[in-house]
Amino acid sequence: MNVIEHGRGKPPLDPHLKALENEAIHIFREVAAEFERPVMLYSIGKDSSVLLHLALKAFHPGKLPFPLVHIDTGWKFPEMIAFRDQVVAKHGLDLIAHTNPDGLRDQVTPFSHGSARYTDIMKTQALKQALDIGKYDAAFGGARRDEEASRAKERIYSFRTSDHAWDPRNQRPELWSIYNGMIHAGESVRAFPLSNWTEVDIWRYIQAERIDLVPLYFAARRKIVERDGMMILAEDKRLELLPDEIVREEMVRFRTLGCFPLTGAVPSSATTLDEVITELEIATVSERQGRAIDRDQSGSMEKKKREGYF
Amino acid sequence: MTGQTLSHNLLPGEDILDIDPHPQTAGRQARPLRFITCGSVDDGKSTLIGRLLWDTKAVKEDQAAALRRDSTGKQNELGLPDFALLLDGLQAEREQGITIDVAYRYFSSDRRSFIVADTPGHVQYTRNMATGASTADLAVLLVDARAGILEQTRRHATIAALMGIRQFVLAVNKIDLSNYDEAGFQAIARSFREIALSLGVRQVTAIPVSALKGENIVLRGDDVMPWYSGPTLVEALEKATQRTGQTTGFRLPVQRVSRPGEGFRGYQGTVAGGSIKPGDSVVVLPSGVEANVKAIVTYDLVRNAAVHGDAITLVLDRPVDVARGDMIAAIDQRPMTGRAFTARLVALSPDGIVPGKRYWLKAGSRRQRVMVRPTSALDLSTGNWDDATFLPVNGIGVVELDFEDTAIFDAYETNRDTGAFILIDPETFNTVAGGMIDGKRSKSGRFDALPDADRATITLPARLIEAFLKTEFARAHAGEIKVAGPEETEE
Repeated sequence: MNVIEHGRGKPPLDPHLKALENEAIHIFREVAAEFERPVMLYSIGKDSSVLLHLALKAFHPGKLPFPLVHIDTGWKFPEMIAFRDQVVAKHGLDLIAHTNPDGLRDQVTPFSHGSARYTDIMKTQALKQALDIGKYDAAFGGARRDEEASRAKERIYSFRTSDHAWDPRNQRPELWSIYNGMIHAGESVRAFPLSNWTEVDIWRYIQAERIDLVPLYFAARRKIVERDGMMILAEDKRLELLPDEIVREEMVRFRTLGCFPLTGAVPSSATTLDEVITELEIATVSERQGRAIDRDQSGSMEKKKREGYF
Repeated sequence: MTGQTLSHNLLPGEDILDIDPHPQTAGRQARPLRFITCGSVDDGKSTLIGRLLWDTKAVKEDQAAALRRDSTGKQNELGLPDFALLLDGLQAEREQGITIDVAYRYFSSDRRSFIVADTPGHVQYTRNMATGASTADLAVLLVDARAGILEQTRRHATIAALMGIRQFVLAVNKIDLSNYDEAGFQAIARSFREIALSLGVRQVTAIPVSALKGENIVLRGDDVMPWYSGPTLVEALEKATQRTGQTTGFRLPVQRVSRPGEGFRGYQGTVAGGSIKPGDSVVVLPSGVEANVKAIVTYDLVRNAAVHGDAITLVLDRPVDVARGDMIAAIDQRPMTGRAFTARLVALSPDGIVPGKRYWLKAGSRRQRVMVRPTSALDLSTGNWDDATFLPVNGIGVVELDFEDTAIFDAYETNRDTGAFILIDPETFNTVAGGMIDGKRSKSGRFDALPDADRATITLPARLIEAFLKTEFARAHAGEIKVAGPEETEE
């Protein structure tokens, strides 16, 4: 068979990114070899885009030996869903989109139930349902240790009970690059090939590898409204404006992408990758600053993770 | 603080031995340096790491705001947030005020990026330190300038050396509280250097620092310590070398066999030693079948070479039987194969390591059954290896490994990737030990088979004796080893 070379004419990666790439590929291959039913969680964001790119590299010239699952809350930015469908078609991926049917039935929205309950039902519970339906014993995720304090201690293989619970006090030691993939029936692991990447690494890699992204990551004039100290995109009819809220147009971009009512934009003039990276290097706030769900309770992320959130 | 720039002059510090005079080129032109920090809360370890993250601007404003919110009333005298809160990410830790596990932190200077394994100072420190040290290139050992070297410092240095770390930085912290006493600093540095040398570590940099005030961490402390001309902590880290140290030939532990169709058959894995190019002759182990490399495939290019660390797909020139767990190795520099090895082990589980119990052993991609028999244990307070048949949790020991089928290893000393393994409990599936291969064992080489076990003679070629005397084990037992020329050898 003819082996396709995707990197003709592209300059080689610098040693820093090459080391991170090698580590991630190693993890992908190890999980794919040791587990019976792996799956990759695909959230359409920049980290997922990098994760997918690394997966394609790991199994080249073969296809991905596992499907992708996307947890669709119904409240994602429309541009994200369009982008997802393009990516699936381009790479011939096997993608399963799952929405929590209970949440749909009960008409759970970020407005009706508050961000904490909404996230639990439409993301955490939905994820557990999708993993149970597929009987997956390993799920790749794009989490990084630099994102949040409780993630700094999470292993690359993060073990979950049959209820998908994480016990941060009872993690297996992880030495060298030797991963213990032995689990009992019903248990599973979440595997994090991007554990050692930082936000700047992600952006540099996207640039070096020319990875396509949802356009929301780049600045453009967008309709926004101020709410709870965040700039919310005001383009969806389902967003009901409060009496004192005014929609205005501003040059903004998003540093992370989630559900549009819970994801704040940042003022930015960065319309290219170079400009985004420059902006990041002088940034004084972390990327999760725009995520309402991290802040709704103290120790928020650890609590969500214990309950099965990615 | 933010207005100052970092000084990157390579200063001729008198405490630096063997520092590479040609450090890797600037910026991202190097792999991230991985290091471990050892010390207790009392030594100011959290403050030191917090200071590193703060002064390199790895902490962002919203994180600092969350810190300020959480640390009401706990700000230090300089108006900075409580750094320990920044690091102790888990709720259980915040509640108990202790660090219970290994946490990984990321920061960058202008020249290099760093991954810190931050491990707890006291509780269960051996197993957590071993975990952090397993991937580290360098250890930062922290002492309080007023207390000097403690037994704990010696223990930490011993574990770091055992795990193969060959570069130490001694951070003599709270130097401000000792009135920047130069003589006191030099005395601590001297006694630490002796400990390091006894462990076979010659690359030692001692730095007087105040983590609280940020002196000699990222920014220099020349105003208060004009007598110190060596590097700051960050400069020392920038200059550190990576622990590649792979002296073996080509090694590819096979993770997966890729057969996407149309006659393509590739062996996927990460190069764990040496290098390879098309045309090279290799041997597949344990089968011993020989072949030549036809192609090195990656997503980007079909390459003309691959080196240690590269994740590749190898295609051979003839159909051979290769499975996950096999190793493809250089035909003229083969790893050891056999059913009996000796190794050093760190026991990680509360049950310890039980003699005669059968465990799963995983090394690279290879997993097999093994019988483990401890023969001696390291007493961290004396540095002696005493006879032992059981290793309790946090115990470090020498063990004999007996396999049911062929095992493939290099000595850890020569190749960390192919000389390291973990033990997995067959019932709980927990990782119960981390191990490092010393060498292959043969029946005749067993000391218990000798008539007089008190004193035995081994004869080695001179070049091997030199290598042996450089090992950490030999250095630790220098007083017990007698070296004699051929004419003096007792038969």
